[in-house]
Amino acid sequence: MKYVFQFARIMGFCLAGELLYALLPLPIPAGLYGLVLLAAALLTGKVKLEQVKEAGDFLSSLFPLLFVPTVAGVMDVWGLISGNLRPILIAVVPVTWGVMAVAGRVTQWIMNRRGENG
Amino acid sequence: MAEFIQSFSVWGVTLTLGAFALGTWVNKKTGLALFNPLLLGGIFVMIFLSLVQIPLGEYRQNVQFLSYLLLPATVSLAIPLYEQWQALKENTLAILCGIAAGSLTSMCSIFVMSWMLELDPALSASLMPKSVTTAIGAEVAVELGGISSLAGAMIIMTGIVGNLSAATLCRMCRIRNPVARGVAIGTGSHAVGTAKALQMGRVEGAISSLSIAVAGVLTAVICPFLANFLP
Repeated sequence: MKYVFQFARIMGFCLAGELLYALLPLPIPAGLYGLVLLAAALLTGKVKLEQVKEAGDFLSSLFPLLFVPTVAGVMDVWGLISGNLRPILIAVVPVTWGVMAVAGRVTQWIMNRRGENG
Repeated sequence: MAEFIQSFSVWGVTLTLGAFALGTWVNKKTGLALFNPLLLGGIFVMIFLSLVQIPLGEYRQNVQFLSYLLLPATVSLAIPLYEQWQALKENTLAILCGIAAGSLTSMCSIFVMSWMLELDPALSASLMPKSVTTAIGAEVAVELGGISSLAGAMIIMTGIVGNLSAATLCRMCRIRNPVARGVAIGTGSHAVGTAKALQMGRVEGAISSLSIAVAGVLTAVICPFLANFLP
């Protein structure tokens, strides 16, 4: 029963997220609202970690599986992709590497600098 | 054959689980990062569907149950975030700057490429938000005049590249700090990359999921502005 209640609590936050998405005119998906709400509830102690932990960890471990249909969906736009292969490959491979390198290096650089000063 | 398979109510979900399990098995056997369970799983599903001639639409409809789980799975990312709150609070400035720098790199690179290769505006618009989560990115792309399904495919391909190369890239760029690794993966390759970050460590996973949220919002705000200047 413990897991059922954990799941129910998480679904409650999903519902709240969807409600905010419907009410607010921002391009933020429901999941992000729910995530922020649950994080806030945990931080303020309204929800205890053991009230969501196992079910939540199970749900987030499903992520790779849940994207399998999306990967298979690439098949549907294959015509569009193969017609523009060069720009798409540039955008998807080296640009992604660049983004990751810049984001990671900038973060690490600032953290190191602060470490030296403090 | 197709009719027989489709007479089972859970055929799509079972196929997805089986393809993913097979992908995991191949990944373990070979030990190659390129043979990623998610990528292999998707390819196995494609192969199966074309072999038995079931249209993709039918499959999608049958696995809708799985996409419903995306919402609670996303919300559950609050748990690692909460568990790593200390690491996050101490490095707020560094994390935010890293995400902003990464998001700008993404959008500006696509912007410059669109000019240099004189891309079709619809293609540029579909590529612009490629580093953020599908939920935000597909919407932004449509708003800019892009094609939703194409944007979705670009986003997932970006995620796969991130997922496959995260470990190697962090090593080559000497990104050793777990917080910085999380920022790199989340900003560059959203939830698909985060699946990898979660395997690397809980700090990486937590920061990566936070980065998805921040990068997504930043992109949604900046993209429409940049798109005004597209060729």
